Amino acid sequence: MIKTVDPEIVGRGNREGAQLFRRWFAELDGAALNGGQAAYVFVMGSLAEILRVFDLPMVFPEINSLQTAIRRVAHEYLNEAEDYGYSPDICGYVKADVALQLRGGDHPMGHVPKPTLAVLTNACNTYIKWAEIWERMYKIPVFTLDIPGTRSAGGQTWAGDRDFENDRRYVVAQLKELISLCEEVTGRRFDVDRFREVLKQTSRMNQGWKRVLELNKNQPSLFNAVTDGTVYLGVANGFRGTAEGSQYFEQLVEEMEYKAANHIGTLTEEKYRLIFVGVPCYPIFRRFNEMFTEWGGTFLTSTYLLFASGGTNYGFEYDLSRPLDSLAEGLLISVRNAMDNMFYQDQTLIEMIDDYAIDGIVYHPIKSCRTVSTGLADNRRAVMAARDVASLFIESDMMDRRVVSEAQLKNRIDAFFEGLASRKQRQSELTT
Amino acid sequence: MAYAAGVDVGSTQTKAVIINEEARITGRSLIDTGANVVLAAENAYFEALKDAGVREEEIEYVIGTGYGRYRVTFGNTQVTEISCHARGAVHMFANTRTVLDMGGQDTKAIQINQEGEIVDFCMNDKCAAGTGRFLGAASSALDIPLDDLGDTALLSERPVRISTTCTVFAESEVLSWLGKGKKIEDILMGVHQSIAKRSIGLMRRVGIEHEVTFTGGVAKNSGMIYALEDNLGLVLNVSEESHYMGALGAALFALDHIQASRIPTADSTEVVRSHGT
Repeated sequence: MIKTVDPEIVGRGNREGAQLFRRWFAELDGAALNGGQAAYVFVMGSLAEILRVFDLPMVFPEINSLQTAIRRVAHEYLNEAEDYGYSPDICGYVKADVALQLRGGDHPMGHVPKPTLAVLTNACNTYIKWAEIWERMYKIPVFTLDIPGTRSAGGQTWAGDRDFENDRRYVVAQLKELISLCEEVTGRRFDVDRFREVLKQTSRMNQGWKRVLELNKNQPSLFNAVTDGTVYLGVANGFRGTAEGSQYFEQLVEEMEYKAANHIGTLTEEKYRLIFVGVPCYPIFRRFNEMFTEWGGTFLTSTYLLFASGGTNYGFEYDLSRPLDSLAEGLLISVRNAMDNMFYQDQTLIEMIDDYAIDGIVYHPIKSCRTVSTGLADNRRAVMAARDVASLFIESDMMDRRVVSEAQLKNRIDAFFEGLASRKQRQSELTT
Repeated sequence: MAYAAGVDVGSTQTKAVIINEEARITGRSLIDTGANVVLAAENAYFEALKDAGVREEEIEYVIGTGYGRYRVTFGNTQVTEISCHARGAVHMFANTRTVLDMGGQDTKAIQINQEGEIVDFCMNDKCAAGTGRFLGAASSALDIPLDDLGDTALLSERPVRISTTCTVFAESEVLSWLGKGKKIEDILMGVHQSIAKRSIGLMRRVGIEHEVTFTGGVAKNSGMIYALEDNLGLVLNVSEESHYMGALGAALFALDHIQASRIPTADSTEVVRSHGT
């Protein structure tokens, strides 16, 4: 039974997330107009923990690109990059960013500053070639952090294991190089006390994020992992290591706990609880989700929330007595987690089925990204072999409207829910 | 006696089926869809009513299916053709585990479990290769009526290999073989083999399990049945009603609604029921 709903709390996460976003882009706009410095980074390992120490404004080209799709202007950017010479096969995020650079940073949300420095991990092979574009255009330093991932399925190592400790030393050495580079680029000294403060805020955010994801196991679910989740991801990346970012997630936990206590779900009638695997279809973002909610289906979790937050769903807490070692450990675990959620997600999904009381899994491979999409069909087969759970396999793109066919998607989604309805009815007949 | 109706509005043809409460087909119709989808649905429906000798008032529930299902404006609800073909196939062949539906521009493979529920399905995306459209292109290139393609192909002794996967360019490849002096039946069997291989690729994505039921308009083509059986190494279930399977499935779902509405405690708002038994 719903008591009086507090309008200040319910929906606060989306409202404040949108405000934080606008503030962030206003700051970037200012940096662009003043010719200020900026670091270009990526969601799978942004190294915000280091960069914040140097007060470097952070630009996430992936987020900039997806915003062009949500705002329905991506096709202009993609066409411009393709006219410039980039193939239709190339990742849509990359091409939208190329056009953004060709336009001098002109973006639907304002102006984006040029990079002074690019920092990336090896979590996505496209990152490296993407950063080389900026290197050529702007003659900037590009720093690639090599994070060893899982060597084989089920082959993770942890603190104390010999291989993990070797990897940690390897990452620490790279972090020291990054710090030297930042000092050179910004002209500022690395402040270890500031570093500890940034790590403290990041730990708070990690804990909040982990709790928010867990709370969505509630029945009914409290937020939509695809639509609301994109807002939360934006803050998780754009405000990582800041007091505003960690406060945002603490308040988000409060909102979700309030909703859980008052049985306020994300749908009026939640009929089907789903997992989303892959990157959302941003060109028809709202409509895509509606094709599921029309049937009473909602997404409780998504591998996207896990890998696009840099694997921080583990809720890693940094040890401030040994900050650099601890950051290396955190990166090894979280960036590896991000990669595993793209390549070895079958076991994670199998566990989620019970944890979240899941009715079905929706796999969404995309034309733009072989990194995320390769192996998804096999991964699905592995989950189907392990568990009797309904699943749907639909293909489109996260940026390119030309390969998004709403009619084809709807046909498949409708058939999926017809099957789910039949399955649920049979299950209820068996139990009565 | 209660009657239910299914109207399958396809990209090229619209089919309608009337069934009685014993799930027996009493009337059917098939017309070209044309540009006016709403009118096609209405005309097919009324033709089927006439064929059944049933008045419109006697139809208790109508379900629309096919890509134009939302244009069946007189229908009670819509169900996808994926569910309808599966339902129709299981109704005709109770041991169906795999359905291959080949239509005018659409091919789908459906995996069904022992309860008659859909486990998985796969459809062609963005490309009509491996669909009836390929046959249409061959018919046009060779100036042979569509209905004669299969029987002509069966006369082949040395089928050619059709390498193109594009339905649009198939026509030029066919003409190229003609220019080289190849026999029409050999070219046609090559076309059928090409379509069969492509469709089987789609079927492998959902898994091929015996018994396999072949539905859709192309299932009337004897050459396609041969090419599929030859490549699959098994015998297909093919019904005389294969072209109407989608409409039949829709009518069966409509009958479910009628029967559910007569049981006081049943939830008659469920669109799709378990249909294994």
